[in-house]
Amino acid sequence: MFRRHLIAGAITAAFALGGIAPAVAQDAVKVGLILPMTGPFASTGRQIEAAVRLYMAQHGTTVAGKRIELIVRDDTGTPDVTRRIAQEMIANEKVSFLAGFGLTPLALATAPLATQAKKPMIVMAAATAMITEQSPFIVRASFTLPQATVPMADWATHNGLKRVATLVSDYGPGLDAEKAFKERFARDGREVVADVRVPLRNPDFAPFLQRVADLKPDALFVFVPSGAGAQFMKQFQERGLDKTGVRLIGTGDLTDDDILNDMGEPAVGVVTTHHYSADHSSAVNKAFVKAFKAANKNARPNFMAVGGYDGMHLIYESLKATGGSTDGEKLVGAMKGMSWQSPRGPVTVEASTRELIQNIYVRKVERSDGELYNVEFATFQAVADPAKKR
Amino acid sequence: MSEIVGNSRERARRSAAASSRWRLPELAFWGCAVAAIFLLPSRHLLLNEIAIVGLFAMSIDLILGYAGIVSLGHAAFFGVGAYAAGLLAKSGYVEPASGLLFAGAIAATVGFSASFLVIRGSDLTRLMVTLGVALVFVEVANRFESVTGGVDGLLGISMGPILGLFEFDFGGTTAYCYSLCVLFVMFLIARRIVNSPFGTSLRALKENRMRAGAIGIPTAKRIVAVYSISAGFAGIAGALLAQTTAFVSLEVLDFARSADGLLILVIGGSGYLYGGIIGSIAFALMRDALSTLTPAYWLFWMGAILVALVVVGRERIVDCAKALSLRVRGQPK
Repeated sequence: MFRRHLIAGAITAAFALGGIAPAVAQDAVKVGLILPMTGPFASTGRQIEAAVRLYMAQHGTTVAGKRIELIVRDDTGTPDVTRRIAQEMIANEKVSFLAGFGLTPLALATAPLATQAKKPMIVMAAATAMITEQSPFIVRASFTLPQATVPMADWATHNGLKRVATLVSDYGPGLDAEKAFKERFARDGREVVADVRVPLRNPDFAPFLQRVADLKPDALFVFVPSGAGAQFMKQFQERGLDKTGVRLIGTGDLTDDDILNDMGEPAVGVVTTHHYSADHSSAVNKAFVKAFKAANKNARPNFMAVGGYDGMHLIYESLKATGGSTDGEKLVGAMKGMSWQSPRGPVTVEASTRELIQNIYVRKVERSDGELYNVEFATFQAVADPAKKR
Repeated sequence: MSEIVGNSRERARRSAAASSRWRLPELAFWGCAVAAIFLLPSRHLLLNEIAIVGLFAMSIDLILGYAGIVSLGHAAFFGVGAYAAGLLAKSGYVEPASGLLFAGAIAATVGFSASFLVIRGSDLTRLMVTLGVALVFVEVANRFESVTGGVDGLLGISMGPILGLFEFDFGGTTAYCYSLCVLFVMFLIARRIVNSPFGTSLRALKENRMRAGAIGIPTAKRIVAVYSISAGFAGIAGALLAQTTAFVSLEVLDFARSADGLLILVIGGSGYLYGGIIGSIAFALMRDALSTLTPAYWLFWMGAILVALVVVGRERIVDCAKALSLRVRGQPK
């Protein structure tokens, strides 16, 4: 008896499968946005999606006579899912652009598909330097860790910090940051007294911080992914490191705009280098922040959002340049060398590496109007990714 | 006396033959799976994933549904298989089918070693042991970055054509056909195993381990055997994933994968081999449909449906459907 229903079930399932496959619309250019929308990196996905939707609301959905259609899917931060969704989007939905990619492994898993299908792949977040070397169709709208780290090492050198310890999350971007900082700092004849790596998942910083406290360095350089900064800051204070005179420095991931306000007093005075602060004082940024807040219940955009916003800019402008042609090689060709005023400041896509050349700002966390902001006080002009051979 | 023994032997053989006979609905089930190649050309990638997850769930069913061992760490063997297949392909040996056997053998060997930990202790101890083994594997894979690629994953795998004949294509058609064939072959093997006297002894063991021991079943040996076989199955599922996606990352060893496997068995029902496959179909369809509808909040609906399923159904989906149709037709139960 039950076997008969087994067949019935299988047939129903078959129809359900077929029913989900959508019809292909005419004369639309589809953008497949794949992001971690659930799980530990959900905030990355939400920021990027919000910024992408904002860009589309501001700039309309018709470009070069084509209608832009956005398809958003959640990959839960799992590489094989990202890859399958990307493959389905290319094969079934016939997307012209792949975009998103919250974490390095997610981008790396998808890179061969972009090459095979000749589709531009816009990396809006993942920041390990080697990602763009995996496919000639990858263009990055965010930044690379060495790009943000090397200016930090320079700043530390110029400000009399002699002994520095590093603490990074144990995965691609963290290792990139550690390597870049050590190399640059050692070149200037300074000393990295300890290089500590903490697990990416469920990090407990306490034992690592104790090691650092025992070494009494001038400063502690930190990279943790966007979101983990709040917990780090809390434990840094609990261990009393803020009172022992160890200065906290890092890349801007540590004082992520999204969660900076919740970090409270311990964050004040932390110096970081990054490509974007919501406090950046240009008119373009002021308009961007205002519109973003208006559309998202007063939530502040962070560097993920600006990556999504600029990623959409690349998509729109390259389509305009090709006159609506969706040929992957032409689109990537149009993106190379493109310059514009982003909310983060002036940016240019470096033709040989497909990375952004952008200003890196030195910022200090300060309180203004009762809110914490990364206030920029020095600028490294037009920094290209130092990890690439040229 | 001898006549009685002869009779009971005859009866046992008949009952074994009856339970191993192929029934029409089973043939239809596999017929549908084959028909999907032609009827759903745009969904081959999802179907491929369903077949792989189905095989993984079936491997858990072998130990849970037949030998009564609850494991929270079966992804360890899935991951070992995936890394074995990935590394073999990376080292230059790119033929998938033999790579699959290699990965299965490695996973079974690892499972064999781990099984000696599993025969100790009661259910809860076992649960902890399986979980612990899986956690150790994750950390090992994370540490040996030069071999496994660590958190960034194993890059640069390119598979050759299957048996030198069939190239993997972009739409996933070859991948699905390949995974379906492997799933079917593994199903046949599993079916043969559970319908054999060995399988019967496993069920006795599940019912009551002490009594099974008392009537002369070597319980420890049986557990070691079925655990190794099951690990091999899981390894082959992992190898399929590695080969059809040409990528391996730490997520293959993830606790969430073990938990999903158990969940799928709960949905599909354990102890009849089809449970894993049916559960995997239901799970993947729900996930795909919900995450397409609301990319940010689908986990909420997924959870709600699973709770509803357990509260209302409590039993297998198929039983649920059966009860429902009986009610609709107005027949007495």
